Amino acid sequence: MGYTEKRALWPVIKRYFAVFDVSLTLIVFMILAVSTVTMVSAGMGFPGRMEDHVRNILLSFLLMWIAALIPPQTLMRLAVPIYLAGVALLVGVALIGIIKLGARRWINVGVVIQPSEIMKIAMPLMLAWWFQKREGSIQWQEFAVAGLLLIVPVALIIRQPDLGTGTLVMAAGFYVIFLAGLSWKVMAGLAVAGAAFMPVAWHMLHDYQRHRIMTLIDPTTDPLGKGFHIIQSMIAIGSGGITGKGWMKGTQGHLQFIPERTTDFIFAVFSEEFGLIGNSILLLLYLLLIGRGLLIAANAPTLFSRLLAGALSLMFFTYAFVNMGMVSGILPVVGVPLPFMSYGGTAFVTLGLGVGILMSIHRHRKLMQS
Amino acid sequence: MTEFKNTERELHFFRLRLSVVGAFVFICFAILLTRFVWLQVVRYGDYVAQAEDNRISVVPVVPNRGLILDRNGVVLARNFSAYTLEITPSKLAVPLEQVIDELSVLVEIQPKDRKRFKRLQEEAKNFESVPIRTRLTDAEVARFSAQRFRFPGVEIQARLFRQYPLGETAAHVVGYIGRISQRDLQRIENMEDASNYAGTDHIGKEGLEKKYEEILHGKTGYEEVEVTAGGRAVRTLARGGATPGHNLILSLDIELQKIVEQAFGDRRGALVAIDPATGDVLAYVSKPTFDPNLFVEGIDQQSWDELNTSLDKPLLNRPLIGTYPPGSTYKPYMALAALELGKRTPSQAIADPGYFWFGNHKFRDDKVGGHGMVDMYKSIVQSCNTYYYVLGSDLGVDAIHDFMKPFGFGQLTGIDLDNERTGVLPSTAWKRAAYRKPEQQRWYAGETISLGIGQGYNTFTPLQMAHAIANLANNGVVMKPHLVKAIEDPVSKERKPTVAAESYRINLKQENIDVVKKALAGVPVEGTGSRAFANAGYASAGKTGTAQAIGIKKNEKYNASKMAEFHRDHSLYVAYAPADQPRIALAVIVENAGFGAAAAAPIARLAIDYYLLGKRPVDPAAAAAEKTVVVGADAHGHVEGD
Repeated sequence: MGYTEKRALWPVIKRYFAVFDVSLTLIVFMILAVSTVTMVSAGMGFPGRMEDHVRNILLSFLLMWIAALIPPQTLMRLAVPIYLAGVALLVGVALIGIIKLGARRWINVGVVIQPSEIMKIAMPLMLAWWFQKREGSIQWQEFAVAGLLLIVPVALIIRQPDLGTGTLVMAAGFYVIFLAGLSWKVMAGLAVAGAAFMPVAWHMLHDYQRHRIMTLIDPTTDPLGKGFHIIQSMIAIGSGGITGKGWMKGTQGHLQFIPERTTDFIFAVFSEEFGLIGNSILLLLYLLLIGRGLLIAANAPTLFSRLLAGALSLMFFTYAFVNMGMVSGILPVVGVPLPFMSYGGTAFVTLGLGVGILMSIHRHRKLMQS
Repeated sequence: MTEFKNTERELHFFRLRLSVVGAFVFICFAILLTRFVWLQVVRYGDYVAQAEDNRISVVPVVPNRGLILDRNGVVLARNFSAYTLEITPSKLAVPLEQVIDELSVLVEIQPKDRKRFKRLQEEAKNFESVPIRTRLTDAEVARFSAQRFRFPGVEIQARLFRQYPLGETAAHVVGYIGRISQRDLQRIENMEDASNYAGTDHIGKEGLEKKYEEILHGKTGYEEVEVTAGGRAVRTLARGGATPGHNLILSLDIELQKIVEQAFGDRRGALVAIDPATGDVLAYVSKPTFDPNLFVEGIDQQSWDELNTSLDKPLLNRPLIGTYPPGSTYKPYMALAALELGKRTPSQAIADPGYFWFGNHKFRDDKVGGHGMVDMYKSIVQSCNTYYYVLGSDLGVDAIHDFMKPFGFGQLTGIDLDNERTGVLPSTAWKRAAYRKPEQQRWYAGETISLGIGQGYNTFTPLQMAHAIANLANNGVVMKPHLVKAIEDPVSKERKPTVAAESYRINLKQENIDVVKKALAGVPVEGTGSRAFANAGYASAGKTGTAQAIGIKKNEKYNASKMAEFHRDHSLYVAYAPADQPRIALAVIVENAGFGAAAAAPIARLAIDYYLLGKRPVDPAAAAAEKTVVVGADAHGHVEGD
């Protein structure tokens, strides 16, 4: 009797787990393995951090699985409500948000959430939906509306102030617009306008944001303050050399010279202990993740799924590039985690959903063929 | 069909864009990889060195400061170990005020602690730790340790503290240490081995603590420790021990010092006692005195104001810096000068009518009607002014100057303390240099007259007066006075004496010395000192003196009674004993106390009683007062001499 049950159970399990795309799962799994190993070293002195990290990973896989189960058509139906809810929450934040560490980013809707995080997924969803709806007749007006849809939430986020998340949402939306075929001329025009706008933007930045940018240009101007983080993480990376100091042997990390060493700066801990070889492997893993995502986009059947898949893949790229760039001292320090490496529940939720949606698009590529 | 074609074209278009994006991703990652190669291969060496610098910190190990002991081994300055709570402002995550407020829940922090912290913080560099509380109790240490994680940048340190167990006694000799200030930093930079002060946060500020700073300090050791970014030591990698500072063994007899200090009571003044044969300073009293313990961890504002604004000037090192006219204590030297220069013989006498006319100015003696026929012996024993008016006039200012100079008058004695004053030993050359206007630069013959009785331009320090009487007692053999008798290695206990050989000999005939000494021995027996030295039980020699007070300026605002008091004459006494084989020579000055016989001589008596006989009065202040002759302030307003 037990025998028959077992036989009956296996196909069910198989069916449910079949939603996982093998190559994506494998890549994410490998990055997570690297993350877990690094977290053991970086998390020394943070009681309970490992347990929380494992919990985050499991949560991420759960959401990945759920997202993978949802067909793209359903996602398309959800795009507008999610987007509108996100914008509404952002407006709510601006009005009655909770202030922590000088920034108004959170809102209490039963639980305290950070609506700007929702926009990371909601933005590409919405814009992909928008272009899908206008498919075949995409004129400059459509791009103008898309620009408006993008700029409103981004402005709200930057005002919080949260330059990091604002930039990420901006990038996610822009990828959709770009992939939808924004003309090169307009892009060049935007670039020129952006350059002209720079001095104005400089004035609109908060002091601490200007400070970060100045610190990037010359970290030694403030070696004990803001520059300290960059200098110390550069020392960590540099002193790792080609082969690294070895697991659990990084002095910079273990002696607490690296700030935020389990979150935004975990790459410095990894790089110190595993060296250039470790870095190359990690870069390759991210390249594979992004590449796989772009391939899914290229083969996706509808404009919506193509744009969505492309934008999500590039979201991973933005995360990874901005994070490693700032930790190694070529980009300003903004609060961007390293995908599937940094400790933090919010990021794992967003990333899990992102990968899940990619899987869903991939799985439904034939079903949706029109 | 067009629909399909359109879709096909769109897909092609999309893939083209995707390829562009892919290339962009690739380029960005290539930039990252280049960056990693730059950091980890090209600049690898630099960063390894910086990581090592980060990791290893050389922590100085501060040596134990040497002790200060009196000649009999009584401890005057010592160290004790206690805990301090220290804040490093640059390492704080939250505002300083908030941290202190939170700390005050665990550890008692009074407003004065906050004030002191603020002042110390202004002087300290930002990355230095500054104590907010010293001498924590064990309970406070335990309470803070349990909460330490909440306070990054706040640490408990076990430190050695300086303590002066005898408090006010000999405070002007011992001095004190205090936290290193900006000015001290310059002093340290000028030292041979400035790095020796890495980790040291106290330095000698006054007295012997300052003068012998480098001997007391010792040699700083080091410890190589692995530290966290927060500066917390994780483990020790290597160490080189510190060499403790050497101990100072003083020539002071602290019992003698105490008796004299008590004998002064509330009165102001100074006493210096010297062993004439060696130059050992046996007692060095400056009254009123102060508690040096107040200064070690930074004095609080109220105590400082009290000390600094007091009219009694407790911080003034009177034996070293206070300058007073010697008054009649100058007469024995004048007599000796007359003998040596052949201007008088011992028996040659003058008739004293009680005054001396010079030009149209009448110089008075204090004895109305005069002393009658006065020879040299009588001139000293009875302290006759007229005899010395005439003598001063006969000798002339420059002869007096040249004779007095080798005795040390108006000269630095070279004692082992900083900032010694020279005072003034007048001469025609001195006056030319000291004044600007031509009419002031000229020396008037009339000015020489009062020099004979130790008034006029003469001003000397009590130390010089004691040194001079010791030189006379020692028959002209000059020994440099010193406070530190030996320097002791605290480990091997080996003592290195600092005693200098004789400085020089004053060229004097022994017979002339004997004449003056005989007269000085007569003073406590049948002269002005007889009352104070009645039934002494030993033969001493001495000379009383009264000096006009010139300290207070007319326009200074003091209350009337205080004003009157500060205008009273100073009471002086110089002495040595036993008269034939002197073992102690001393000079006492009691400010604004009137006749020398009245206030100063009784204090000298108590000092000599103790030093020679071991006699210890139950209450020295009362004993001194008992012998003191009460004199009205108005009785001798303009009188010179005794």
